[in-house]
This record gives sequence, C-alpha cells and structure tokens, in this order.
Amino acid sequence: MTVETKLALTEQDIRSFSEGKQEPSWMTELRLKAFGELETLPMPTPDKTKITNWNFTEFPTHTVESNAYASLDELPEEVKVLVHAKEQKNIYIQHNNTPAFTSLSEALQAKGVILTDIYTAMRDHSELVQKYFMTDGVKVNEHKLTALHATLLNGGVFVYVPKNVVVEEPIQVIYLHDDSDASLFNHTLLVAEENSVVTYVENYLSTVEHANGQANIVSEVIVKDNAKVTFGTVDVLAEGFTTYVNRRGVTSRDAVLEWALGMMNDSDTISENVTHLVGDNSEGHVKMVVVGRGKQKQNFTTKVIHWGKHTEGQILKHGVMKDEASSIFNGIGKIEFGATKSNAEQTSRVLMLSEKARGDANPILLIDEDDVTAGHAASVGRVDPLQLYYLMSRGISQQEAERLVIHGFLAPVVNELPIEGVKKQLTEVIERKVR
Amino acid sequence: MSTLVIKDLHVAIDGKEILKGVNLTINTNEIHAVMGPNGTGKSTLASAIMGHPKYEVTSGSVELDGEDVLAMEVDERAQAGLFLAMQYPSEITGVTNADFLRSAINARRAEGDEISLMKFIRELDSKMEFLEMDVDMAQRYLNEGFSGGEKKRNEILQLMMLQPKFAILDEIDSGLDIDALKVVSKGINEMRGEGFGSLIITHYQRLLNYITPDHVHVMMQGRVVKSGGPELAHKLEAQGYDWIKEELGIEDETVGQEA
Repeated sequence: MTVETKLALTEQDIRSFSEGKQEPSWMTELRLKAFGELETLPMPTPDKTKITNWNFTEFPTHTVESNAYASLDELPEEVKVLVHAKEQKNIYIQHNNTPAFTSLSEALQAKGVILTDIYTAMRDHSELVQKYFMTDGVKVNEHKLTALHATLLNGGVFVYVPKNVVVEEPIQVIYLHDDSDASLFNHTLLVAEENSVVTYVENYLSTVEHANGQANIVSEVIVKDNAKVTFGTVDVLAEGFTTYVNRRGVTSRDAVLEWALGMMNDSDTISENVTHLVGDNSEGHVKMVVVGRGKQKQNFTTKVIHWGKHTEGQILKHGVMKDEASSIFNGIGKIEFGATKSNAEQTSRVLMLSEKARGDANPILLIDEDDVTAGHAASVGRVDPLQLYYLMSRGISQQEAERLVIHGFLAPVVNELPIEGVKKQLTEVIERKVR
Repeated sequence: MSTLVIKDLHVAIDGKEILKGVNLTINTNEIHAVMGPNGTGKSTLASAIMGHPKYEVTSGSVELDGEDVLAMEVDERAQAGLFLAMQYPSEITGVTNADFLRSAINARRAEGDEISLMKFIRELDSKMEFLEMDVDMAQRYLNEGFSGGEKKRNEILQLMMLQPKFAILDEIDSGLDIDALKVVSKGINEMRGEGFGSLIITHYQRLLNYITPDHVHVMMQGRVVKSGGPELAHKLEAQGYDWIKEELGIEDETVGQEA
C-alpha cells in the first residue's frame, strides 16, 4: 500500500497564502514551481529504511494561529527554563506557526547582524534571502519532501552575520509546538559571511503529547571563507508527527562548521544531515546523540562530502534504543576526486536497552581520490552486565546504574552543546526518555 | 557487633561446581585472610558473596546478622553493609569518579537527606590525600585509563568513603608495587576496628606483613581446608602449601580434583 501523496491544498491556496504573507514574487513562483513538481518527484530513499508507507503529506491544517509574546516573562514555564532571560539578548521564538518574539541586541544590529522570522526576512531582505534560499544548500527539486517543504513553508528564521563580525553570545531559536493540529514546515537559513563567528542553537519543543500534523524541517547553513559556525539543536517533537528533518551545511575556504545535534523526538523521524566541504582547508564536525523509545522508527543519515583539498570531516554519533524502538545510523564520508590530503573519520555507537530494540550502524566511505586518509568505527551492543554489577556492588540501584552508564555513553555529545540551559534540557530529556 | 556467616556454600559457573561447601564466620572487629594457591576457589567465594551475575549458588547460605544475603539484589547486599574490592574493576566512560561516589553515598541515604556537596568534597579530598591520590582522579572517568595501582587505590578510596560493615578484598595486592601496597594497607588499617570486619583474599603472604590478620584460612579444592591464627600465614610463607597437601592427602589442590 502506498499512502496517498496528493495534497488537499490547491495551487490557488498556495498563491493566496504566499500573497497573504506579502512574499516577494520570486518566493511565490518558487512555491508554485515546487508545487507543480510534487507529483513527479520521487521520494528520498534513506538507506535501510523503507518509507513508502510513511505518511508525509496528510495534515489537518496548513497553519494555525497562536499568540505572540510581548516579553520573555509571558513564555510558558517549559520554555522559560531554556532561556536565560537576563542574558539572552538574541532570540527568536516561534509559537507553532506564529512568529512570537524576536530580540537582537543593539550592538549586533549596529553591526548589521540580522535575526528575524523568515517572512519578514523575505520582505525586508529579499535579495539576500533569494541568493541563499534553497540554492547552494538544499535544492527544491531534490525529491518530493524538499519540494513539499518549499511549497508549504510556514515558518522559520533568517540569521545573517556580516563579514568580520564576531557574535559573542549564542543566538537562540525556539520552535514551540503546543497545538496538536499544527504542522511545522520551518526553514532556518543561516549565512555567516567571511571571517565571521557565530554560535546558533535551535530547539524544537512539543509540549503536547500527541501531534496530528507534519514536521518537514530544513536548515541551511552557509559558512563563507574563514568563518566559523557552531550549530546546536535539541529536537523534542511529539509522537504522531512524521518528521523529516534536513540540516545542510556548505563551507567555503578555511571555514569551520560544527554541528551538535540532540535528536530526542518521539516521532518517527528521517534525519538527513549533510555537510559539503567545498572550500579548501575547511572542516565539518558532526556530533549527534539519539534516544529512541516506544515503537519509534528513525533513520539518521549523516554525510560529509569532501570537495576541497585538505578538508577535514568528523562524524561522532551515539544512540540509545529502548523498548521496541529501531534506528538506522548511516554515516557517510565521501571524498571527491581532487580533494587531496582530506581526512574523513567517523564513529557510530549504539546502545540497546531492551530485547526488542534495534540499532544498526552503517559506516560508509566513498573515496574517489588516492591521496587521502579515512577511518571508521562502529559498534552496536547492550549495557555491559559487569558494569552494572560493579556499580550496584556500591549500593547503586539497577535503574540508577543504567542511568549512569547511559549518561556516560551520551556525555561526549551532550557536553558539546553551547547553551547551558539547552544542555540541561537535553540531559533532562535523556533522563525522561531512558527511564 | 555484626556477623557474616557462610554455611556449606556451593557455587557453580557455567554449570561447573567451583565451591564445594565453604564454611566461614566473620565478625566485625576481625580480619580474616583467605589464602591458597591459584585455582582453588578464593575469588569465586568473593564474587558469590557479592552476587556476580555469572556465579550461581547451588546450595548453602550466606547470612548477615541473620538476613539472607543470597536473596538480595547486588545493590541490596551493598546497602546491607557488604563491600567487595574487585580484582578487575569495570571502566565506565563519561561518569566521573566523584559523581559515581556521590551517587553511591546518596543511594544509602533517604531522599531529601543527600550528602551536601561541600561535605562530600571535604571527605573525598581528605581520603584521597590519605591514599596519596592525585586530586584530578576525582574528575576522571571511573577507572578509565587508570593504571593497575590506581584502580586498586580507587577501590580502597570507595571502601573508605562508603564505610561498609564487611569488606571483601579480592587480591587487592596483585600487581602492586611496594609503595602502593603500603598505601592500600594503610587504608585498610584505618578502617580496622569496631564495626568493621574484613575478608582478605590473597595468595601472597606479603600483604599480611602490613595487615595482621586475626584468622587465616587456607582454601583448596573449593573448600576451607585449614584455619588458624596469624602464625599459619607465616608458616605458609616459610614452607609453602605442600605440607598441608601432605597432611590432608591432597595431590592436586585445584578445583575439580578430589582428595
């Protein structure tokens, strides 16, 4: 059986929505072109996960109306704990589909930094957004889900850091989901110009137990010559979504892109994280942690593609699977012809906590150049009974002993998250999920 | 006073019987040494008392002040007052020594009565200093990358922090140089006294030069075949085990052989 992929929305609906948001005509055209291609484009084919029966297209409504926040004091408690209100000057909060709060320090504004919701960005910085929106990073017609994303985009953020600007404090974005009927077609576009430095953390947080909608999320990160971007995420989306999340980076010469990804969704999830190391001497580092529970099915494909010479790519993924959850961890290091002296390294480790949990780590190296180095390590295993015995012999309960072992297992990535509140949240989510 | 009573203990691993009826009674304020050549069941005794998952008790009993130890989970045995300094402590990545110790201490205390961080650090610092351990050992991951000597010291550090009623020390002296041996012995002697009993498993008399036992037992073929006072250890040091084998008519002292 193949799930019906026809949209309930018509071309006219898409046009009206775009015009209602006062989008520039290029965006309206882009949406309509994508819409036209939906029928013919193939679905993506994540390695080792069959998604032909997954439902990525049905949802109750395209957009919901939610309230905005006049100040951070109005935030729900679950969100407040993530934000250091006194210190966090640079923050965008989206409430379901509604841009709800934006703040950027005057100092950064004066330097030309942009932090704004995606609609405002398309209106006020049309040319800049057009230049990078689904051009160098994710292509609209890559497959059906990217085209669907472009057609239905209903939120997101634009972050722009001009040449030579160093953003000292992290920029924080929170996508709050508290309406079961909401769907999230969010687009994050982050551009760091030459010699700039920025740390960005985005946080997907469901505070409802169940979702009826779709999450089709794209983040594009453009890192120009000698710029450095640290991109952290903690995704905690509710069961019920069919989540497609595509996070893509492109590095120019001497640029560094560091990903720290906490994938804590309760939904079935297809995650695609690709870094194109285009410029010579650029680096991409991916650190990812995953906890799966219930009957969740997930696929995490992490790919670093070396185009430039002397490029350095590192992938480190640790996953914990419990109950009947299953996850595929595909790690792909690809070195193109001409990318001499490049180095592709990856490690994937999966820890299974129950008999019915499944984890599969597939390290893949695709190398078209001789003068390179590469390596991979992968392991799938269970909690070592002798470790538990050792901890328990000191009076620690089995539950607490397992907690310690799991935390230890995930610590290398958790410790990388650049915002204290978010790190704490990730720790708490992990605790809740593995209990 | 507390008492640990081991009665007619039979233990098997992978279906093969290793212990064939061990009897021992240990009171607090006593130190017992269990000696014997390799392969006679000494470490099996230690692991079985603590509840190692691979060892199966087939018959017999272990009681701590009348409570059935064998019916308890491993953590309950520790809570009841047992401690095993292991021959091969596990390494646990991502969990610092300090966090682990604090969890172990708090596991013994009621919720809401957790040890204060300041008090914990004070105690940890003073005990690490006593055992001549580097201060950075507290923040290193549990046993990960520790040398053999560091692991043994770390076991004794845990012993001193947790203050059990009974400590079983499984070849705590193996692989230690003389300085480390002295430090480890110093730790055990510090614990010695009212409210603390110990069962020291070793096949070297050397350790007993630093810790004088009250009772010495010799194991062969999965049983205690001879018991005596500290003079027994000296006799073993001087004359080896052959005289005992002769006395008892044992040809091969290892498990699996019969007298």
